[in-house]
Amino acid sequence: MTTGNHSRGSSVVGPGIDVKKVRADFPVLHQTVNGKPLVYLDNASTSQKPQAVIDSLVQYYSADNSNVHRGVHTLSQRATDHYEEARTKVRNFLNAESDHEIIYVRGTTEGINLVAHSFGRQNIGEGDEIIVTAMEHHSNIVPWQILCQEKGAYLKVIPINDQGELLMDEYEKLLSPRTKLVSIVHQSNALGTINPAKEIIDMAHSRGVPVLLDGAQSVQHMAIDVRELGCDFFAFSGHKLYGPTGIGVLYGRAELLDSMPPYQGGGEMIKSVTFEKTIYNDLPHKFEAGTPDIAGAIGLGTAIDYVSNLGMDNIQAYEHELLKYGTECLSSIEGLSIIGTAKEKGGVISFVMEGIHPHDIGTILDMEGIAVRTGHHCAQPVMDRFEIPATARASLGLYNTKEEIDALVKGIDRAIEVFS
Amino acid sequence: MSDLSELYQEILLEHNSKPRNFHKLEDADRSADGYNPLCGDKVALYLKLDGDVISDVGFQGSGCAISRASASMLTQSIKGHSVERAEEIFDAFHRMLTQPGEEPDYDTLDDLESLAGVAEFPTRIKCAILAWHTLKAALKGDSDSVTTE
Repeated sequence: MTTGNHSRGSSVVGPGIDVKKVRADFPVLHQTVNGKPLVYLDNASTSQKPQAVIDSLVQYYSADNSNVHRGVHTLSQRATDHYEEARTKVRNFLNAESDHEIIYVRGTTEGINLVAHSFGRQNIGEGDEIIVTAMEHHSNIVPWQILCQEKGAYLKVIPINDQGELLMDEYEKLLSPRTKLVSIVHQSNALGTINPAKEIIDMAHSRGVPVLLDGAQSVQHMAIDVRELGCDFFAFSGHKLYGPTGIGVLYGRAELLDSMPPYQGGGEMIKSVTFEKTIYNDLPHKFEAGTPDIAGAIGLGTAIDYVSNLGMDNIQAYEHELLKYGTECLSSIEGLSIIGTAKEKGGVISFVMEGIHPHDIGTILDMEGIAVRTGHHCAQPVMDRFEIPATARASLGLYNTKEEIDALVKGIDRAIEVFS
Repeated sequence: MSDLSELYQEILLEHNSKPRNFHKLEDADRSADGYNPLCGDKVALYLKLDGDVISDVGFQGSGCAISRASASMLTQSIKGHSVERAEEIFDAFHRMLTQPGEEPDYDTLDDLESLAGVAEFPTRIKCAILAWHTLKAALKGDSDSVTTE
């Protein structure tokens, strides 16, 4: 790698992760972009896929492709087995009680929309309140706004401090007899803040209020135990967990899911249909109308095997080291401010620079082969809170290295040079 | 792909750090707002018309170096010209960015030619063109905000 500054990055081997070996599993990483080795630091947008995941998609389409839960023929049985085995992998990964609590969806966004349409329409009425935080992704704002508009309900927002941490006292004040749901992001995509999920859930539950946890940015970085957390719903996307796009999961407590009406109507979600009456299928199929993303689900199962073999605690420890190193390196750059400096933080470094717009930083970094995200990160209220139009964001994955952070620093130095 | 110095030319950086006509015209005859929802760039353009001549022009807003320099050069290039001439400049500029194979109309473009390198960066063309779509809207008398989407 042409960082030219190897003294800053000490070792490629982190706690519990042999990153050199890990990197060999991800074919996309081994290429040059604009003549430089690719440095992929846009993992919060989407992660790269290990060969094992790619192979499982190829294997499914080459050998097993068939529709699930339908035919009596061999291929259909094989496809169904693999599809349902993947559901068991998800259940174990989240430590849910039963496979029936694992609903396949397209991604976090669809998971939240499912809860809004089904649970929301059933349980939220005029004058009721839904609590979210000031650091939500648009996908955990807009579905609730649509519901509030339809029902005459209100969206309440837990404010954050200048470090990007929730003001828990304000949260406590917002909880009222009218609160019908708390829907919060577990880890912020724009700031990296890890919210105190357990405390938030306990406070809501003590008032009988269910909680949805948006796990889009947490599930790939830490071990998730939905029963220990006690959340009622947990949504995540496969593609941010080193799996394919188009597949995600909504976990819901069986008791809640059972009492909720279907989200979409169609095949698969029914037991019997006449023109007079339809009897809905049992969980989880009640919420899975139509032919699902079978290959995606199988690929997600493989991705879960992959990260589980590495160990979520190892991944978390390794990424924490990287984040610490990256934060130190970037903080030492004159004119650079990190947006989001919470004590509890995951591998996201969002930053702005004096006199250089984030998009110009993004273009200059791209010329150096470095992929970062620039913009509002689908979290415009966060940008408004910090009175900035956009940030540049480097987000870490399990295959990133200290040498890549050094390359980022060098790229930022190049931007400063261009604009000096 | 082009070299960075072709994109961030001296003159572009100079317009970014010292934008021309960077103010609101309180007595504007025409104005329009432009917005790029993808990146949040915003521009407000103000025109003072004397018959068919754009006698004064100003802009405000926030955005990247390319959008800001492009807006600044826009104001410089159309000030004192007829509406018809401004539209010719718009066409020449638009063609330079969207038809990179064609020979640019250097006489019409003048300093604006320094933005030719943007054509090599598809993700940044919208940054350069935002102020120009806003100009079109102002000339047409559209008061709705224009977007690049």
